[in-house]
Amino acid sequence: MTDLEKHPTPPASTGGFATPPAIEVRAVERVFGKRRKQVVALAAVDLTVAAGEFVSLIGPSGCGKSTLLRLVADLDTPTAGDVAVFGKPARQARADQDYGIAFQQAGLLPWRTVAANVGLPLELHGASGSERKARVAELLELVGLADFARSRPDQLSGGMQQRVAIARALAERPRLLLMDEPFGALDEITRERMQNELVRICRETGAAVLFVTHSIPEAVFLSDRVVVMSARPGRIVDIVDVPGSSHHRTDDVRDDAGFFHAVATVRGHLHGAPTDAAPGSDTR
Amino acid sequence: MSVVAEATAKDTRARLPIGDLRVSTVLAPIAFGVAVLGLWELGVQASGVEPFIVPAPSDIWREVLDSSDSIAKGARVTGTNALVGLAIGGVLGALVAHAVRVVDQMTVPVVAAASVVPIVALAPALYRMYGGQYDTTRMLVAALSVSVPVYLNTLRGLRQVTAVHRDLMTASSARPWQVARVVTLPTATPYVFTGLRIASSLAVISALVAEYFGGPVSGLGKSITTSVSSSNYPLAWAYVVGSIVLGLVFYVVTLLLDLWFSRHHPEP
Ligand SMILES: Nc1ncnc2c1ncn2[C@@H]1O[C@H](COP(=O)(O)OP(=O)(O)OP(=O)(O)O)[C@@H](O)[C@H]1O
Ligand SMILES: [Mg+2]
Repeated sequence: MTDLEKHPTPPASTGGFATPPAIEVRAVERVFGKRRKQVVALAAVDLTVAAGEFVSLIGPSGCGKSTLLRLVADLDTPTAGDVAVFGKPARQARADQDYGIAFQQAGLLPWRTVAANVGLPLELHGASGSERKARVAELLELVGLADFARSRPDQLSGGMQQRVAIARALAERPRLLLMDEPFGALDEITRERMQNELVRICRETGAAVLFVTHSIPEAVFLSDRVVVMSARPGRIVDIVDVPGSSHHRTDDVRDDAGFFHAVATVRGHLHGAPTDAAPGSDTR
Repeated sequence: MSVVAEATAKDTRARLPIGDLRVSTVLAPIAFGVAVLGLWELGVQASGVEPFIVPAPSDIWREVLDSSDSIAKGARVTGTNALVGLAIGGVLGALVAHAVRVVDQMTVPVVAAASVVPIVALAPALYRMYGGQYDTTRMLVAALSVSVPVYLNTLRGLRQVTAVHRDLMTASSARPWQVARVVTLPTATPYVFTGLRIASSLAVISALVAEYFGGPVSGLGKSITTSVSSSNYPLAWAYVVGSIVLGLVFYVVTLLLDLWFSRHHPEP
C-alpha cells in the first residue's frame, strides 16, 4: 500500500487561534500599469495555506503565479485586498524573517563562496560567526553539498546552484518557504531527485511551502493541494486536493493510480480554463 | 537518502584568461613587430634618410642604452604624475558616480560631452594657477582625464545589480548600507577596474603631454621636447621608447587588476 491510499488528515486550513495559517490571502487584486495599458495580473484571489502545508500554484504563463508569490513575500503590494503571513501583515512578516524564498534563477552572489552564499541571511541579521558556521555546515549537509562549501557558484552545475539557493532559503529555519519555479531549469532526472529532496526537507523542517511550477506531475507529487489558475485576469480556477500527506511521498507514488487521477484532474482544470495564449504556452 | 554529489567539482582555479593564451596569439604579433623593425632598419640603411627625419632602430636602441639612466629618471617623474592622477581620478570618478546615481540619466550625456574636451588643453591655464615649478598641473590633468572613463564605467557597474539580487536583499530586509556592501559595491567593482584599465594609458599620455606646455624641467615629455630642440633626434626617440614602455606597464598592471577583480563575475 502506498502513501497516497493512506489518507491521513490533511493539515487543518482553518487556522485556529493556536496557529494562524502560514498564508492568508483575502480578496487580493493586483493591477499593473495605468489607464488603457492596465494589466489585471490578479483578481479576487483568496487562498489559505495552513502551517506545514505544501501548496502548489500552477497555470498558464502570465496568469499571475509569480505576482501572487511576490505579494506574499512583500516584494510587491496588492492594489486591493490583504495578505497575512502567520497572522501578521506581509510587511511585518518580511521584517521578522518569517519566510525563506527561492527564485527561478538561483540568484547566488558569484563573488561569494557557496558557504558564504548560504550564510548570507544569517550574516545580514547579525548571527555570530561560530553560529553561522555550524548552521551553514548543517544546511550544506542537508542539500548534499558539504564538499562544495568553498567552491564558487560558477563552478557548480545548475542543479547544484539551485540546491545552494534552497539551503540559503532554509538558513533561518523559516516556517514558510516561497519557491518560484525553483526546478524550472533542471533536466527531468535531476528534477525528480530534487523533488524527493524537497519532500524530505519539508518532512524534516515541517515548513509550509508555496510552490510555483509549470509541471503538473511535479505539483501533484509535492503538494497537499494544487491551486489551478487561469489568465486574463489571473484568478484561481480550482483547488485540487491530493490524497495522502505530502511528507510521505516516495518515487513509488509516481506510478500510483491516485497520483494519475490527481494529475488528470489538474490537467482537466487547466485545459478547461481559458488560457491567455497561443500554442506553446507553457503548461507541460 | 542524500543526493549523489554531481560528478566532481569543476576546475577551482581563479579564472584569469591568461591561461587561455595560445602560443600563436603571442608569437604572431611579436613576429610582426620584429619584421616591421627589420624593414625599418633596412629601409633607413638603404635609402640613407637623415636621422632627423627617421633614425634607424639600431641608433634609437643605442641611445636607449646610453641614456637609460635619464630615461628611467624621466619615466619615474612622468610615471609618478600619471599614477597620482590615476589614483585621484579613479577615486573622484567612482565617488561622483555613486553620488549622482540618482540623476544618472541626466549626467551621462554631460560627462560624455565633457570627455570630448581635450583636457590637456587646460594645462597652460592650470600652470598659471598652480605655478610652473610644481608637478601639480600634470597630476591634475591626468586625474581629470582618468575620472571620465572611471565615472562612466562605475555608473554602468552600479546599474548591473540584477533584479533577483535586489529582491533577495529586500526579502532579507537588508539595510541600505548592507545592500551596498553585499550587492551593489561588489557588482560595480569590476566595472570600476575596467574603467581604470581604459584610463591607464590616458593617465600616462595626459601626464606626458602636459609636460609639453610647461612646468618643471623633468619627465619624459619635457625630455622629448628638449632633445628635439637640441636636434638630438635619436635621443628624442629613445625617450619616446621610454614613454611607450611606461604606458605598457600601466596598461598591463591595470589589466591584471581588472582581470583579478572580475574573475568571479560572469561575462558582462
Ligand atoms: N512589474 C510588472 N509590470 C507590469 N506588468 C507586470 C509586471 N509583473 C507582471 N506583470 C504582468 O502580470 C501578469 C502576470 O505575471 P506573472 O509574472 O505573475 O505571471 P506568471 O504566472 O508567473 O507567468 P510565468 O509562468 O510565465 O512565470 C503578466 O501579464 C505580466 O505581464
Ligand atoms: Mg513566473
